[in-house]
Formats: sequence, structure tokens, C-alpha cells
Amino acid sequence: MPVITYRQALNDTLGEELARDPNVLLMGEEIGVFQGSYRVTEGLLAEFGPKRVVDTPIAEEGFVGVAIGAAMLGLRPVVEIMTINFILVAIDQIVNHAAKIHYMFGGQVSVPLVIRTPSGGTGQLAATHSQSFENWFAYCPGLKVVAPATPYDAKGLLRAAIRDDDPVIFIESLALYDTKGEVPEDDDYVLPIGIADVKRPGTDVTVVSYSRMTAVALQVAQRMEQEGISVEVVDLRSLRPLDRPTIIESVKKTNRAVVIAEDWYSYGVTAEIAATIQEEAFDYLDAPVYRVAGLEVPLPYAKELSAASKPNANNLIYAIRQVMRGTKRMR
Amino acid sequence: MAEVAETTQPLLERATVDELKHYYYQMLLLRRFEERAGEMYVKAKIGGYCHLNLGEEATIVGLMAALTPDDYIFTNYREHGYIIARGVPPGPVMAELFGKETGVSGGRGGSMHLFDRKTNFMGGYAIVGGQVPLAVGAAYALRYQNKPGVVVAQMGDGTTNIGAFYESLNLAKLWKCPVLFFIVNNGYGMGTSVEAGSSEPDLWKKGASFRIYGERVDGTDVLAVRDVVRRLRARAEAEGEPAIIDAVSFRFRGHSVIDSDRYRDPEAVRRGRELYDPIRKFATLLLEHGVIDDAWLKAVTERVEREVQEAIDFANNSPDPKFEDLYKYMYATPVPNTPTTEDAIRAVKINHGEFDV
Ligand SMILES: Cc1ncc(C[n+]2csc(CCOP(=O)(O)OP(=O)(O)O)c2C)c(N)n1
Ligand SMILES: [Mg+2]
Repeated sequence: MPVITYRQALNDTLGEELARDPNVLLMGEEIGVFQGSYRVTEGLLAEFGPKRVVDTPIAEEGFVGVAIGAAMLGLRPVVEIMTINFILVAIDQIVNHAAKIHYMFGGQVSVPLVIRTPSGGTGQLAATHSQSFENWFAYCPGLKVVAPATPYDAKGLLRAAIRDDDPVIFIESLALYDTKGEVPEDDDYVLPIGIADVKRPGTDVTVVSYSRMTAVALQVAQRMEQEGISVEVVDLRSLRPLDRPTIIESVKKTNRAVVIAEDWYSYGVTAEIAATIQEEAFDYLDAPVYRVAGLEVPLPYAKELSAASKPNANNLIYAIRQVMRGTKRMR
Repeated sequence: MAEVAETTQPLLERATVDELKHYYYQMLLLRRFEERAGEMYVKAKIGGYCHLNLGEEATIVGLMAALTPDDYIFTNYREHGYIIARGVPPGPVMAELFGKETGVSGGRGGSMHLFDRKTNFMGGYAIVGGQVPLAVGAAYALRYQNKPGVVVAQMGDGTTNIGAFYESLNLAKLWKCPVLFFIVNNGYGMGTSVEAGSSEPDLWKKGASFRIYGERVDGTDVLAVRDVVRRLRARAEAEGEPAIIDAVSFRFRGHSVIDSDRYRDPEAVRRGRELYDPIRKFATLLLEHGVIDDAWLKAVTERVEREVQEAIDFANNSPDPKFEDLYKYMYATPVPNTPTTEDAIRAVKINHGEFDV
């Protein structure tokens, strides 16, 4: 399998799907002439033209609504929101319409729409530009939410999302765009939405993660091996539907769990996973589930303060050692 | 109600006798449907919110008379009349208000969320302004796929103050979308008058900074509404030119069935219902021109009475949606790890207290 970047995997997949289905079109700010704020759509305007690669004005509520309406008539729009921070002005269209239309109208119409957007913080982008809102969407029945961690998964899940007849929120990460990995060339390669992946098998402790935190978890797992701790990494890949059986199966085997995510601690993704483990594997736990998440502040700009507020490998190592000792989380 | 200039063209040059009679029949059907829906609400056959089209019958029938089967319609939550005038029988509409499986949305939507695929009635939407970008998107799809037809984005006067409306105007003009922004100007958004909510109360002018043409029409004059829609529809379809239609009418009752309308002077409301009743006005016009006579009026009234009663009977006799179908319409493409029929049955049993632990 060729080794390519996460960005290239996305770019290839968008191009292939545009070529495969004339009803697929890309919409978003700066995706065409500017070639994409993070170059994910680079070259696609030149190859497919302005009908298929549509530069929009800065009007997220408007063009997300337009994409939903167009999807109801059979187009398959793939919308880019520059970063997830800007999705908030479109959230009404996503939650009240995209997520509801199929159910509320008795299954008469569907919304085959993908919204791609990078989430999370990197490089001192400060309070308004570093947020992780995927849990807001994962909370909402009627949506599907996926968050690939590798180029392999990025390709398989983006294909699945574009070919799916429901609205899919596709979470990317600025920090992952340049990471590399193997990607299948097979035209029929698709990953199922709603299935987690054991990225690394282990026996002592389960780390549950997704997107960029899976990359952190895999590095930490390698280091832990030198300490004699065998870490199993469960990569969620899909936040809605959530693959509870895979998480539970892993925890029943290792009897210990750490959950890591970049969003804020309270009410975040880690809370949902911890609750699930408590409900379905309580008797198997040798230590309380440990959650690693963002510190609860509007992310400060100053370099050191900013970095200290986001979870990193040290936070995860600390958490793993704590659960191995069976101690409670220290706030 | 704001004043609008009238046409001088003779009535029978504008429509055939059959058309005129059909419009009258449709308007009366909407009137009786809504009056009876109000009664059914008070009897608790209908739940939630229920917004009636009373006073807006000419606006609705005129609009639908001008549309073709290729066209698509997106509306707000005050939409019972639209789906009926578009051709859906009153029975499944009433059944939806009753929350029945036979309802137009399978009992999953209710009064505010009617939908009918076959007639391109693309839904009632209950977040003010939410339907407007969707309608532009549908028009965008027609243009993309090179298909005939236009899309109607129906909305109320109050809706012209929300951001989604303005983003929609901009995108529609920018992308040449064949869409008609159809404002049902009944003078109020709940208790807020047009003047209290819009710095530009001439709503048809609100497209000016988007270079979108607008026009005001007497929404209580069925032919006037039909004619303006026909004209602007043709232009939208041929040239991808969106337009605004500001159809003025008088809201007969409160905002919804449960609104006691305390913010309007009862005497002014009584007078408004007399002056601006589109059905009474139309009957007088048709009688004057000898298009109809009293016997015809009596017969059509009886027919409408019967049809609405049949709709109520149909709704009453229809089954409720099944508990096991709770998750039936969750996704169009099934995926693993989603709730099942068995999950639904178990959850509902517990909810009903059917357990022995
Ligand atoms: C975004 C939003 N805000 C508030 C409401 C509550 N609400 C429902 S109808 C309505 C008034 C709308 O008035 P108008 O657009 O004139 O339509 P009408 O009811 O007169 O037909 C309001 C404020 C809502 N449904 N959505
Ligand atoms: Mg109004």
C-alpha cells in the first residue's frame, strides 16, 4: 500500500468521488480559487470546474442550509467548514433540519450530506479558534459523526460518508493533516460507519481515544511497553453511532480504562465513554475509569499556558500509571 | 391591512368559469378544514402547537394555482392549507394533526411538519426562517441538474427579520436560483406587528440591496396572487431570477389556536374579518358576474362540509404509530450500533410501568 499524508488521503478521495458521481459537489469558503484554507481541496477546482467545486461567501448558516435543501433533491454536497469553531452559526440548520428531516417527515426524504471540518487546537490559535465541538453533534440523534485518526481511516470513512444517505459530520484535525500512513488503492475500499477499531492490542489497560488523541495514545502505548505495561488502544473512529461493544469487550479483557479526548472535561466525550464502561463493565473494573481531557478555560493565547491546557502524552502517561495503581483521579 | 392597487381587467378575461369555481371551492375547503382543526384542538384530538390559515385562503390558493407539478414548496409551520391546495387529500393531513400512522408524515411530524413527496411539498418547518435556505438549496439543485421548475420559500412577515432570510437572498441572487421568496404578510409575528419588528415595513423592498425584485400583492385577492406568482415564476424559471412577493392579508384569529389575541383590539379584529375576508369578497364578485348562484354556493358548502367531516372520520379511525416503530426512520442508510425494534419495545414497556422488579 502506498504511504501518503492524511491530507492527501482526503484530497484523493474527494477527487475520486467527484469523478465517480456527478451529483457529488464540494462547497465551502476558500476551497476553490484559494485551494483550501488547509489545502485539502487543492487542485480540485482546476480538475472539476466551478460547478463541482463551489466557493461560497462567508455565510455558514446560508450555505449549509442550501446544501441540505440541495441534498433533499438528490445532490450529494460535501461541505467544508473552515474550522469547527465557525460551525456554530450553522448549527440550527444541522441540528434542526439535517438531523430531523428523514425522521420527522416519516422517511419520505433523506439528506445525503457530508460536513467536513477540522476540530481541536494547535499553534496558539487561542480561545475562539481551538475548540472541539464534535460532542455537540454526537449528542444529536439523526446525525452520524466520524473522526478518523489515520490516513487509512480518513479515506475509508470519507468514502463511506459520501456514499451514505444520511448527514455525516466528518471531523478532521489540523495536527493530523501532515501525518503519514498506508492507504489502500482499491476503488471499493470503504470503512463502515459505527465501528471502532482496536489500533493496538494490549492486556493491562484500555485507552479509548479518537482523532488526534489516538495518535498520542499510540505513541504512549509504545513507551508504556518499556515500563512493562501493555496498553490496548481502542480508536472510536465513529462517535455516533458509538461502538459500545468494542469498548466493553476491551475493558472486560484489561479491567482498566483511561479515556482521552481534547474537548473540555465536564460533559465531554470522555464522560459518555466513562458512563458506558460503568454501566456495562462495572464488575470487571480493577480501578475507577480515568478521564483525560482539556482544562476548562477559554483557551489562553500565551504559548506555555495554551499548551498546558490541552491534554498531551504526559497527561496520558500519568493517567495510565494511576489506573495501574488503582488510585482515584486527582482534580 | 396595507392597501394595494387593483387591476381593471374584466374578471372573465382573467379566468374561466371552471377555474373561478375551483378556486372558490378550494378556499372554502381550507376555511372549513381550519375551523374544524381548531375545534379538534380544543377537543384535545390535536396536540402541540396548531397554527391556522384563516384569512390567508386566497394567498394560498392563488399561489398554488400558478405553480406547476415541477415546482417545489417549502413552508413554515402554518401550512395545512398549502399541502391541501397542492393536492394532498384532507384525510391524511388531518390524520397527521391527530398523530396517526396514516398522516402525511406518518405521525412523526404533526401540524408544523407536514410533508408530501409526490406533490413536491417539501415540508413545513417550525424554526422561524429555517426553511428559507433549504428552499434556495432545492432551487440550486434544479439549476445544477438542469431541470424545469421553481421553488417557493413561503414564510411569514416576522421571518423577514432573521439572518437566514438575508443570507438566502444573497445566495439565491449570487447563484441564480429559481426561487420565489413568498411572504405571507398577515401583519403580525405572534404579537409583534410588522412596524414593530421591521425597520423597513414595506417587506417587498427588502431585496433591494441584493438586487432582488420585489412586489406587493393583495393576499385576499386570489387572482391577483395567482397573476403575480405566474409572472415572477416564469421569470425565475427562464432566467434564474429570484423574486420577493409580499402578499398582504389579515390574520383572523390569534397566532395559534391557544393564543387569545389580547394584544389586538377586538373591535378592529371584528372589522378586519369583515373587510378582508377573501372568501366573502370572492363570493360577492362571482355572484355579481353571474359565475355562480346561491344554489351552487349551497351545494359547494355542503360538499366541503362533508369532505372535512370525512377527513376527521378518517383521522379518528386511523391507527396510531406502533411503539416498535419508534426508531424506524432514524437513518436512511442503516449502520451498526443503533437502537433496534427490541430496544424500542423494552424501553416503552418500562416507560409504561410494565415490569415486575
Ligand atoms: C428561531 C425561532 N424563534 C422564535 C420562534 C417562535 N415563533 C414561532 S412563530 C413566531 C412568529 C413568526 O411570525 P411570522 O413569520 O410573521 O409568521 P406567522 O406566524 O405570522 O405566519 C415565533 C416568534 C421560532 N419558532 N423560531
Ligand atoms: Mg405573520
